[in-house]
Amino acid sequence: MSVALVDLDWICLPRWQHVALDPIPAGFPSPAEGEEDDPIDLSAWLIEKPAASYLMRVQGWSMAGAGINDGDIVVVSRAVQARPGHIVVAVVHGDRTLKRLKRMDGRLWLVPEGEGYPHTIVDEFVEVWGVVVGLARKYQ
Amino acid sequence: MSGPIALCDCNCFYVSAERIMDLSLRDRPTIVASNNDGCTVARSPEAKALGIKMGDPLHLIADKIREHGILVRSSNYTLYGDVQRRVLAATQPFARDIEVYSVDENFLDLSGFEHLDLTDHCQKLRARILQWTTIPTCVGIGPTKTLAKLANAAAKKNPLFDGVADLRDESIRRYVMERFDIADVWGIGASTARKLGELGVRTAGELRDMPMRQARGLGTVVLERLVAELNGVQADAVEVIAPPRRGMAVTRSFGRPITDREDLMGAIAQFAMRAGEKLRSHRLVAGRVTVFFHTNRFKPERPQFAANRSSGLHPMTADSLELINAARALVEHCYRDGYAYTKAGIMLEQLVAEDDRPPTLFEDAGDRARRRRLMEAVDSINGRFGRMTIVPGTQGFKRPWKVRADLKSPAWTTRIKDLPIVSAAG
Repeated sequence: MSVALVDLDWICLPRWQHVALDPIPAGFPSPAEGEEDDPIDLSAWLIEKPAASYLMRVQGWSMAGAGINDGDIVVVSRAVQARPGHIVVAVVHGDRTLKRLKRMDGRLWLVPEGEGYPHTIVDEFVEVWGVVVGLARKYQ
Repeated sequence: MSGPIALCDCNCFYVSAERIMDLSLRDRPTIVASNNDGCTVARSPEAKALGIKMGDPLHLIADKIREHGILVRSSNYTLYGDVQRRVLAATQPFARDIEVYSVDENFLDLSGFEHLDLTDHCQKLRARILQWTTIPTCVGIGPTKTLAKLANAAAKKNPLFDGVADLRDESIRRYVMERFDIADVWGIGASTARKLGELGVRTAGELRDMPMRQARGLGTVVLERLVAELNGVQADAVEVIAPPRRGMAVTRSFGRPITDREDLMGAIAQFAMRAGEKLRSHRLVAGRVTVFFHTNRFKPERPQFAANRSSGLHPMTADSLELINAARALVEHCYRDGYAYTKAGIMLEQLVAEDDRPPTLFEDAGDRARRRRLMEAVDSINGRFGRMTIVPGTQGFKRPWKVRADLKSPAWTTRIKDLPIVSAAG
């Protein structure tokens, strides 16, 4: 059995169903004929490398300064090399946490973007798991 | 495949997949249990070190689980399917063609990559899969699938290979094959291994040197092809070992034992529905259906009963409603009151491609076309709105016997409501 990767359907986010745009064989031909586009696929735009991307739900307000709120969904990529300045998901003592990676005094730190939250130094107990490459939020 | 072949195999795949999102399973002895939490189907290295064996029934190792704090998860095939897709996508640029052998094993056609150092190439593949998915893998390279499989086993067993063994190298191949137990050679069953042992053939190397005629004399086509493949001649032994779906089964253990005929009928009808769906998705029809159900064999003090009954399907079919009718008749024949049934299933055999189905004398082509359209409609609605949106009335709507999956992880990567949490609380 051979596998063609185009057959693999990604169901990370619900997508538009493709609606058949069959021209009705009566009356005038539609002026849009031949110009139809697929509906915008937001998840394809948000998630460029689905095989290496993971969606996570944010809990808490410590990244509100970076525009990431409690309840938001972040797209976390493992295909991107983490660099200072990136917002990352890190595993610190067995917990998944959202922070900005910063270089200060020649060392790497995990820094929250909210008042009164502590900084964490990146040492052997910290694993940078992935880089935030997208954000999704619904208001209703 | 004419060039070198690699077999890339995910290490304890189900456990590794569970560990992607569940951080509490890291570095801790973990096992994944089969449906209904019956038997061990995957073990982390830590669990292997504690002596947990493949297939161990959970209730027999309950003491060990408690004593060592072994973590148990139920199989989460939704998750494993998603992780498999990710592994395949990560693998794609590394091979001309990929052949999926099982959920966690893929053959790679490496023709066109021969100019590269293939060990290095496959180390890069491993690094890519690990980076994208966190899944550790081992890779075996060889001139044939059988040798690639053997190389894979060597890479897994011997840390010297650092995860990639290339058996195209004559000296490495000899070294590995002289030490490789015949019983571990892929496709060699216990009885063949015994017969070979009596002839003094105990290693893969000795099997390779066996005269072709003698291999044929032992009776199986598989053995003859295996000998050829061990000699580096591609003989499609894999295709013979794993023929394309001769049969399929849908079986479940019940979370709560079934003591009522109609409940059992409902369960069997659902299995028939699902089996038909599977058949249709592979464009196959079945010629024979078997229904079985039995009481809990691990509780011999309770009344025991096991039923197993088959019938032919004429004409051969993939129509769920016909399968349900046939299965119901079988249950009707062999159901006995007064027992608590804990497992049931349906098996379909004599599968052939829909287009090769022999027509029967009295079938009505128009009727068959209508039925096929009905099934297509059912499949497309269930595909769009979720499995079991449309069910036949026999299936019942309450499902008291639904699989027990207490320890099943969420569908982390495929359902919005199941997304893993990342903390922004400190």
